[in-house]
Amino acid sequence: MDWDIVIGIETHVQLKTQTKIFSGASTSFGNEANSQACLVSLAYPGVLPVLNHEAVNCAIKFGLAVDAKINKKSIFARKNYFYPDLPKGYQISQFELPIVGEGKLSIPLNDGYKDIRILRAHLEEDAGKSSHGILQGKSGIDLNRAGTPLLEIVTEPDMSSAAEAVAYAKKLHDLVQWIGICDGNMQEGNFRCDVNVSVKKKGSTTLGTRREIKNLNSFKFIKQAIDFEVNWQIETIEDGGKIQQSTILFNPDNGETKAMRSKEEANDYRYFPDPDLLPLVVSEDHIHNIKQSLPELPGEMQKRFEIDLGLSEYDASELTNNKDVADYFMNLIKRGVSAKLSANWILVNLFSRLNDADISINESPIGFDQLADLIKKIEDQTISNNAAKKIFDALWDSPAGTVDSLIDELGLKQISNDSEIEGLIDKVLNDNGAMIEEYKSGKDKAFNALVGQVMKASRGKANPSQVNEMLKKKLSN
Amino acid sequence: MLNLSLKQLSQQLREKAFSSEELTRFFLDRIRKYNDSLNAFITIDEDTSIAMAKQADLKIASGNQGTFTGIPIAQKDIFCADGWKTTCGSKMLENFVAPYNATVVQNFNDAGAINLGKTNMDEFAMGSSNETSYFGAVKNPWNLEYVPGGSSGGSASAVAARLAPAATGTDTGGSIRQPASLCGFTGLKPTYGLVSRYGMIAFASSLDQAGPMAPSAEDCAMMLNVMASHDIKDSTSLPHPKEDYLAPLDNSIKGLRIGMPKEFFGEGLDSEVQKIIEGAINEYKKMGAEIVEISLPNSELAIPVYYVIAPAEASSNLSRYDGVRYGYRTKEYDDLMDMYFKTRQEGFGDEVKRRILIGTYVLSAGYYDAYYLKAQKIRQLISNDFSQAFQKCDVIMGPSAPSAAFKSGEKKEDPLAMYLQDIYTISTNLAGLPAMSIPAGFTKGLPVGLQLIGNHFSEGHLLNIAHQFQLNSDWHRKTPKEID
Repeated sequence: MDWDIVIGIETHVQLKTQTKIFSGASTSFGNEANSQACLVSLAYPGVLPVLNHEAVNCAIKFGLAVDAKINKKSIFARKNYFYPDLPKGYQISQFELPIVGEGKLSIPLNDGYKDIRILRAHLEEDAGKSSHGILQGKSGIDLNRAGTPLLEIVTEPDMSSAAEAVAYAKKLHDLVQWIGICDGNMQEGNFRCDVNVSVKKKGSTTLGTRREIKNLNSFKFIKQAIDFEVNWQIETIEDGGKIQQSTILFNPDNGETKAMRSKEEANDYRYFPDPDLLPLVVSEDHIHNIKQSLPELPGEMQKRFEIDLGLSEYDASELTNNKDVADYFMNLIKRGVSAKLSANWILVNLFSRLNDADISINESPIGFDQLADLIKKIEDQTISNNAAKKIFDALWDSPAGTVDSLIDELGLKQISNDSEIEGLIDKVLNDNGAMIEEYKSGKDKAFNALVGQVMKASRGKANPSQVNEMLKKKLSN
Repeated sequence: MLNLSLKQLSQQLREKAFSSEELTRFFLDRIRKYNDSLNAFITIDEDTSIAMAKQADLKIASGNQGTFTGIPIAQKDIFCADGWKTTCGSKMLENFVAPYNATVVQNFNDAGAINLGKTNMDEFAMGSSNETSYFGAVKNPWNLEYVPGGSSGGSASAVAARLAPAATGTDTGGSIRQPASLCGFTGLKPTYGLVSRYGMIAFASSLDQAGPMAPSAEDCAMMLNVMASHDIKDSTSLPHPKEDYLAPLDNSIKGLRIGMPKEFFGEGLDSEVQKIIEGAINEYKKMGAEIVEISLPNSELAIPVYYVIAPAEASSNLSRYDGVRYGYRTKEYDDLMDMYFKTRQEGFGDEVKRRILIGTYVLSAGYYDAYYLKAQKIRQLISNDFSQAFQKCDVIMGPSAPSAAFKSGEKKEDPLAMYLQDIYTISTNLAGLPAMSIPAGFTKGLPVGLQLIGNHFSEGHLLNIAHQFQLNSDWHRKTPKEID
């Protein structure tokens, strides 16, 4: 039997603010346990939450970037449950009225694009961390993270494969960094996904029962977890079993998913509006000001690259997936080199070296200034494309070098001087009378052989198109 | 020193008739003498109080004093005071020493006031008789067999017995006004948002409001000048411009329109109390006020609505007392759940547990709409009733409580009868309005209070109306005979 896979994703994005969402405590990572737990983080008697408006601005930025409705009035609610790393016994979140309403995010697929609908995005505070096994016979609580601002972004169940889910997660990951609201560090848990998976018979309009895979913090895990989960669900149903709505965990060690709690055991969170916080009201003016402060968004930039710079859709899209890549490209063309050549050099040569080294473009040993120098030398025909690749590799290994010095060092300067080339041609023609005869009798192959002779005589440095042109001229005389 | 007003104390301190240290010792001596029988204070820290008084004397000596410098006041034990045990009347916080000052406490410290000690209260401010305190019941100085009212019963007993010139209180459903009525002094619950809630241990966040408790309206005005402040640490604190509440006290009240809600004079009101209240309103008539009959048609819904909203908020506010970070933790437990259960079972008293249960129930999935949401809608109707009434009158008057003080133990086992104590006070909390209780007479040797309810931010006017009454009466100057 054939099955449809239905996937929706809830992503917790940690917002890049200096202080926590409801207190002045620092949000920095990796400090001594509880050194960032102020009285509000500790939920001391009598303390009250005060909203950090930087977090609100981040949420608005995101809403604008996915073309979503920004709710002028939103409500903070309390989500009540007991857990040692939840100091107040409730989490402040948004429930019925979130700050960001419906929007959409376009994701690139092999055969084009697909819009994933965003249902909502809401602000909330993170919990602390419980650690077991550090203290003898006791559990430790670290409240440094308690109160860190999160934006929870919820999609409609619009994805139908692990590949689409990963494409969405990557696109979202790129976008939140692009607009500067999240540092994107997945290892530190600053971008983590809960993935809702269900299957249904091909073409059926009724959704199957979903299971929610919690807290996936790498794209690889998202793919592995969905693949495993989908197989498990299909096998279970085909074996006559039923899927129970439940929360499950993915174990990266064996690549399997396992139920944590079923719906029956689920908490009743007793949501109600937090009486310590007034409704959050944002003005049209404020939204407008934030809109002005947003950088050019990837979609807009892609179109601009296609129309103004004449790039292909593929190149323009690839260059605008990631802000750092786009910035590198823009810096490159600011130095007056061809957009097409620049795109090509980034997407082919640079990307392949970056991938091999598993580093980001910001860590590239070859900066945009050096690459611009290199491309200029191709454009003014100082070096050939092949020579440029050799210099690129040399630069990668010893970034202290300059393009000019490497051209000299490696003797790769192209011969583009007409009289010099003419001298070489004359010499080759003198030595190869037989070949000239062959050419004149109509054998085109002989021409290529002559070109080869000239290139050989120049030790590969003659400008090939110039050689071609001049040789043709000579032979037609 | 015993019966001087705050204004007189301020003046005499300035004139060096006595020092702040002498004044503070005078009241500390009275506390030592009477606290065993009244149980008004949970915590006394003489060294700290005297040290504060000495600081105040230095200030006065250098001529740098403000109007409050050197005046000792008692703080309800719901306010966190840095370095002071702050129990909220609960075993849960029996040994909790606050590491910071509530804004109210900070404001008094900044004004140079002396903290005389922390007063007893119903556990987490839940109660109307001060019998739910883990630290024992408080006694009414007018008759030690009677309750002082609650939840600010310790502050009330202390003010009535002159163990302190004045005290702070909090009022969620009547916890300043009802004890003020039962103990015979003046109490004011300000407009919601006028006084910061920061550092005031939360019972029901949308209803809690701190206010002054003192013999006279003038004393209360002086205290409110210190207490009222816009506070960025409390998001529900309102940016109301600073007022001088002493300024309007002497304004004429000729032509004042007093609204008498018919719902406040029906079944359930003690007939003696009714006579006293009508008599007091008649005094106002003699002073040139006119009486308007008004209606607050949704009044009867105030108690049911309150007992949905307040417990709902409380059930969530009290979740933080889980034994993990501070406060009481049970001695022996098997695992986390066992620790939670035992800690909260042993740490909270019956009334608190009752309200946590009610609150948890009304917020549960499937019940939320029928209870919490509906209660919020009715709350709006109650608020609308007042808006309409204030188109016809300037102030609403009626009883503060349905009866004078009752005997200790009388209603302890009957929560519903206890809840009815707040029948006339609760609706103003639901509407966020300011209201006062002022002494208006006695029945069988026990005080009776007149309630004044004003429109939002009309504290100045309310204090003015109360002060004018007190210029023509001396109910607020009476002191209990049992205490000399």
